[in-house]
Amino acid sequence: MGFFDKLKIGLSKTRNNFTEKIDNLFKFAKKIDEETLEELEELLIMADVGVEVTQRLMERLRERIKDENLKEADEVKKALKDEMKQFFPKTRMDLKPPSIILVVGVNGVGKTTSIGKLAHLLKQQDYKVILAAGDTFRAAAAEQLEIWGQRVGVDVIKHQEGSDPASVLFDTLQAGKARKADVIICDTAGRLHTKKNLMEELKKLYRVCQKEYPEAQIISLLVIDATTGQNALNQAKLFKETVEISGVVITKLDGTAKGGIAIAVAGQLDIPIWFIGIGESINDLHEFDSDVFVDAIL
Amino acid sequence: MAFDSLSQKLGEVFKKLRGKGKLSESDVKQAMREVKLALLEADVNFKVVKNFIGKISERAVGQEVMESLTPGQQVIKIVNEELTNLMGAEQSKINFSPSGITIIMLIGLQGSGKTTTCGKLGNLFLKQGKRPLLVAADVYRPAAIKQLQVVGEKLDLPVFSLGQQNPVDISKAALEHAKKHGNDVLLIDTAGRLHIDNELMDELNNIKEVIRPDEILLVVDSMTGQDAVNVAENFNNELNLTGIILTKLDGDTRGGAALSVKAVTGCPIKYIGVGEKLDNLEPFYPDRMASRILGMGDVLTLIDKATSAIDLEKAKQMEQKLRTQTFDLNDFLEQLTQIKKMGSLDQILNMIPGFSSQKLKGVDLDEKDLVHVEAIISSMTFEERKNPVIINGSRRKRIAAGSGTSIQEVNRLLKQYEQTRKMIKRVTDMDKGRKKGRSKFPFIGF
Repeated sequence: MGFFDKLKIGLSKTRNNFTEKIDNLFKFAKKIDEETLEELEELLIMADVGVEVTQRLMERLRERIKDENLKEADEVKKALKDEMKQFFPKTRMDLKPPSIILVVGVNGVGKTTSIGKLAHLLKQQDYKVILAAGDTFRAAAAEQLEIWGQRVGVDVIKHQEGSDPASVLFDTLQAGKARKADVIICDTAGRLHTKKNLMEELKKLYRVCQKEYPEAQIISLLVIDATTGQNALNQAKLFKETVEISGVVITKLDGTAKGGIAIAVAGQLDIPIWFIGIGESINDLHEFDSDVFVDAIL
Repeated sequence: MAFDSLSQKLGEVFKKLRGKGKLSESDVKQAMREVKLALLEADVNFKVVKNFIGKISERAVGQEVMESLTPGQQVIKIVNEELTNLMGAEQSKINFSPSGITIIMLIGLQGSGKTTTCGKLGNLFLKQGKRPLLVAADVYRPAAIKQLQVVGEKLDLPVFSLGQQNPVDISKAALEHAKKHGNDVLLIDTAGRLHIDNELMDELNNIKEVIRPDEILLVVDSMTGQDAVNVAENFNNELNLTGIILTKLDGDTRGGAALSVKAVTGCPIKYIGVGEKLDNLEPFYPDRMASRILGMGDVLTLIDKATSAIDLEKAKQMEQKLRTQTFDLNDFLEQLTQIKKMGSLDQILNMIPGFSSQKLKGVDLDEKDLVHVEAIISSMTFEERKNPVIINGSRRKRIAAGSGTSIQEVNRLLKQYEQTRKMIKRVTDMDKGRKKGRSKFPFIGF
């Protein structure tokens, strides 16, 4: 099954489907009037796109309707899609091994699970992967990663709970070098972006990578839960300031959340979305394609 | 983000209307738009916002606002009142079963914080003199059982688990176990799920049928966006919730989800999670949450914290010292420790209206600075603290070495102290000129 189908199914599971509503809106409104546009605005906000981005989108759409004299629902829909697609920075994760992927995010977004799935994805592409159990804070986080390691069939380096994550990373980097791993993926403890000392700890991890493995490419991957509201913007902003976020993983897109926050994050902060998680099985991490995504939600 | 505080925005709207005497309907409409946007920015669900605005408008267009001299304040008051009403007029507690064992089921989406909350609740009940038993019924997520076991170990609470068996059987067996071992509260940590998953939903229903819980609490991540409504509605339709626990409120989320969830389920929010430590669980106060959603700070919690952390007797002494200007570095240190008792600095500042975290961006809120200050003062002799004037070059050197800081830092502290003293002098002088004012919390000022 292709990405598009999977995404469509993932999104169509929901009863109050956003796509369906937009379709209906355009279906029943033969002519586009102010009322239709307002309704469209509401739908965007209800998809967590956010007030600011929605207003920006609607402004451009109104301009285009005026300039290009768009009348038909189909034309307007297409224009909206175009505008939305332009919001996404179009880069992909470009691995140049040896690479270190630092996976960060707030609590409970699905970092460990995403790492398991990402490791699987990379392993299938014939990369040699090694995992660092850098979440030494949450009870049993290392065990959780270890189970994923077994499922995928990659090594996991772990220390005891409560130990210094930097030392776990250090050991993993050494192991990675010795075992000639292509990609080292480091799990980190979930942290709220407002906790200054925890963010400092993250910076330290980044420095350890730079210092101990200078030839390696360092990638910081931010994991965002698709159900998150506008707070995701604050999250992305502060994590970006801390560890130079290279790309984003949006998880739990198979729920009823529409993940409109992806548009807000990508558009407002210019951070590319690289992967999306749309299921619970090991194969359910997919490379993100903004065009397909927009086509699927609109 | 766009809205630092609703009061500020509304202030702007009404500023233009000053001198107009009365508010027209369209003025109110404009104000309502600001309220609406503020709520949406705070992630309150769109439909909930719409209903809410309808209600508010009615009241606002009425005389209440028109005749008021400060319409902005009046509108905020109405909004705040209605918000508080909507969120439940008062605090709601856990209903303990009058006879025998109280059974509490924790349910929620993946990653909302069920397992951690389970531990926190256990800890709370333990402190209340109960004998809780944690039940590991999440048999799907890798290492979830282990996580609960570790949490239980930390808290010295028993954890019941049967490995990866059927959660219904586990719950049944746990109840038997509790009866045998004299546990009076059963906290069942269920598997996280996406609520569209019928299979798992059935499982929850089966557990419910078999053990008949006294409470079914939905654990909701306070950062959840518009979808919070669907989540809560679905769980409520399937399982009839009795209450809600909001987690991760220690971040900078405005927590509009609280309102959405309350509005669609009608269930009270019973507790909020405010930190990673296992005692970071607080009762929910609707009025305080209303202020937070509106971005108006949480003065009440702050005052609560201050009163619980600060010794009244000492505060009085301090006030006396300020008035007589005998405030020395000993007192300064005393104040620091009192503030530290109230919690982390950013936590405290977040509760002050107008002090949203965005505004604080330029301000470096380093807890370490406080630690340094403490170290420096601690490295002074008692005499030096009492009379900082005697601190000369060689003393400074000694203090810097003793506290592991630099002479520059010691200098900076002394300078700050001098400035604070001068400021206090000015204020108290001013006060004397007027009537006797009462500043209850002098320490918040510096």
